[in-house]
Amino acid sequence: MLENKASPTINKSTGLPRKRFYRARAHSNPLSDSHFPVPLSPSHVDCSLHYPQLFLSSDQIDSSRKIQFADIGCGFGGLLISLSTLFPETLMIGMELRDKVTEYVKERISGLRVANPGQYQNVSVVRTNSMKYIPNYFEKGQLSKMFFLFPDPHFKEKNHRRRVISPHLLDEYAYALQVGGIIYTITDVEELGEWMKSCLENHPMFEALLENELEADPVVKLLSTATEEGQKVARNGGQNFRAVYRRIAPAS
Amino acid sequence: MEDPRVEECEHDSNKTEEDTQMEEGEQNNKDMEVSPALISVHPTQNSVAVAVGSDLRVFNLLEDCAVTLVDESGGTSHNDSIRGIKYGANGKLFVSAGDDKLVKVWSTESWRCISTVCSEKRVSAVAVSHDGLHVCFADKFGVVWVVDLPGFDGTEGPLNKKAVPMLAHYCSIITSLEFSPDGQFIISADRDFKIRVTVFPKKPLDGAHEIESFCLGHTEFVSCLAFICSPDCSQGILVSGGGDSSVRMWDIISGSLLDTCEVGAKTGQLESDASEGNFSTVTDICTIPNCTLIAAAIQSLQGIMLLSYDLPSQTLSVAKVVSIVGEIFIPTSLGSSISGGLLWMVTGASKLRSFDLSSLSRVKVISGFTKSSPDSSEQEPVVLADSEIPGGTKLLEKLQGSISIDERLSLAAADAVKTAMCNLLIKKQYTVEKREFRKRTRNDKKSKQ
Repeated sequence: MLENKASPTINKSTGLPRKRFYRARAHSNPLSDSHFPVPLSPSHVDCSLHYPQLFLSSDQIDSSRKIQFADIGCGFGGLLISLSTLFPETLMIGMELRDKVTEYVKERISGLRVANPGQYQNVSVVRTNSMKYIPNYFEKGQLSKMFFLFPDPHFKEKNHRRRVISPHLLDEYAYALQVGGIIYTITDVEELGEWMKSCLENHPMFEALLENELEADPVVKLLSTATEEGQKVARNGGQNFRAVYRRIAPAS
Repeated sequence: MEDPRVEECEHDSNKTEEDTQMEEGEQNNKDMEVSPALISVHPTQNSVAVAVGSDLRVFNLLEDCAVTLVDESGGTSHNDSIRGIKYGANGKLFVSAGDDKLVKVWSTESWRCISTVCSEKRVSAVAVSHDGLHVCFADKFGVVWVVDLPGFDGTEGPLNKKAVPMLAHYCSIITSLEFSPDGQFIISADRDFKIRVTVFPKKPLDGAHEIESFCLGHTEFVSCLAFICSPDCSQGILVSGGGDSSVRMWDIISGSLLDTCEVGAKTGQLESDASEGNFSTVTDICTIPNCTLIAAAIQSLQGIMLLSYDLPSQTLSVAKVVSIVGEIFIPTSLGSSISGGLLWMVTGASKLRSFDLSSLSRVKVISGFTKSSPDSSEQEPVVLADSEIPGGTKLLEKLQGSISIDERLSLAAADAVKTAMCNLLIKKQYTVEKREFRKRTRNDKKSKQ
């Protein structure tokens, strides 16, 4: 881990990383097989590495505590940081494909843990391709919430298959989510918003949340305000397109 | 395998970097075009089919004669390498598909092609539902397609139906597709070490969305799947073989790994050529009914390895190796019928580069698997001589194309298949320099020429 004193990439007074040293292109190719380790199966995910204060050693098999929230494409970690204090008892993880951005989030969490003892111990990040490796990280029905905030639109039709929300990938997300679990999606690109909504609408294992349910959920507001991307959209006066669905048992 | 090429690239300053890159690509493509010979046996051993390259050869054992395939869509069977063949629907149907992007469904009574389905991409695996109503095929981009075959009678003309995508493994080559014995689940295995168990729905054309489990544990690509039928569990016990030289047993409902058998280590003891020790991919596996044995074909092993399983303890272990002596024979595909008690094997390949003969196939049979008690002196499995196999020399003439085979071809074929499988399925690990170099020669950048 980097030493705060020596490295200019960390702000000396806050202990938090400086974004400009972690800038990366917004786009990353999900088809390329980058070099990062992938756990062989969910039981190989080392929680003591991610949540050191909560899992004292990797030998300790604490099967009662499992990761429940996953932010897919977590970017600079805005949502996770907000969720961490909103749900202090829940384990959550961010998944990000870009190397530099993942490093930034790691440093950010590290800095926050030091500055706020006892807090932010329940949040972590991992560099991985969630379009290929979700089953490696999560058991069936493990998650209660999944987030897809401002995903890459992949505008060209031939690239639509690279979209993170697609009819086939929803099978895997439905597998990882428990019945009753919720999938949150938001984008400022109208066409993508339509696409994601229609994929979810047509999938037999998801049903839309009703208006009153959306209003009652404290997480929904965070979708457009908690992240860098969301704040940028608000600054530019853009519009957001949300699709929030519940995982249901398929009608047999 | 990778290192020699990386070094070539960095030290050879005479060739331009583009040339080396292209050569490498071409060499890879040619190697990948080599396709292994495949064999499939009718459930009650009415017939045996062998596919070599684009050639589909069938021998009718009931009537002791070669079969002439009837395909009204023009031309005899396929135009390019066949990558998957399978009997299905309790023997009433046979499906073949491959690099020509055509999936052909044949009636096993008349051996007429009753349906040709077009695929958008090259097909890598096929499966037929037990009720004969659906054919599934997987392409090299990870999509599993399904097409329905409404109840047919032999006199209808060939139907040309359109397939719909049913499920997908994101951007991964699907190496094997199997239905569970009770038809409730469809299993798909890929090169990203994963096995997915999906509920096969009543209306598969609407998609198979409900994933039952993932069987995770292989540390290299999964190459083959087979089912052990058990009276205690209707969905069967799944067995898989992989590029990690292991054969694994799974409970498909929970996805849990029941037992692993490291077969690579065992072949090392038998092979004098230990330098090739890394490449003991399990090429194919086959359950032998009426005895608790599984046959495994392993790269570099001249013969097959027999594994025995014990269902109560859910364990798997190596029982014995049946070596083939007298000729070079490394099986590329295995098959067995439910009733016959014989293990059929084929070795061979097509599009071999350095030989005049473009393809080769050699068939052999092992018999003598008996359901026995541990105490009795059991009959040893024995490799049958050519004259002893069902169908005899007539069958060999049809399925092999000729009776005698040049030995050098056998070895070349086995080698070529090994290389092809490795190039296709093992993910290339590039050094950082090589990756940067590859980014520079991306073809989506505008060329300066």
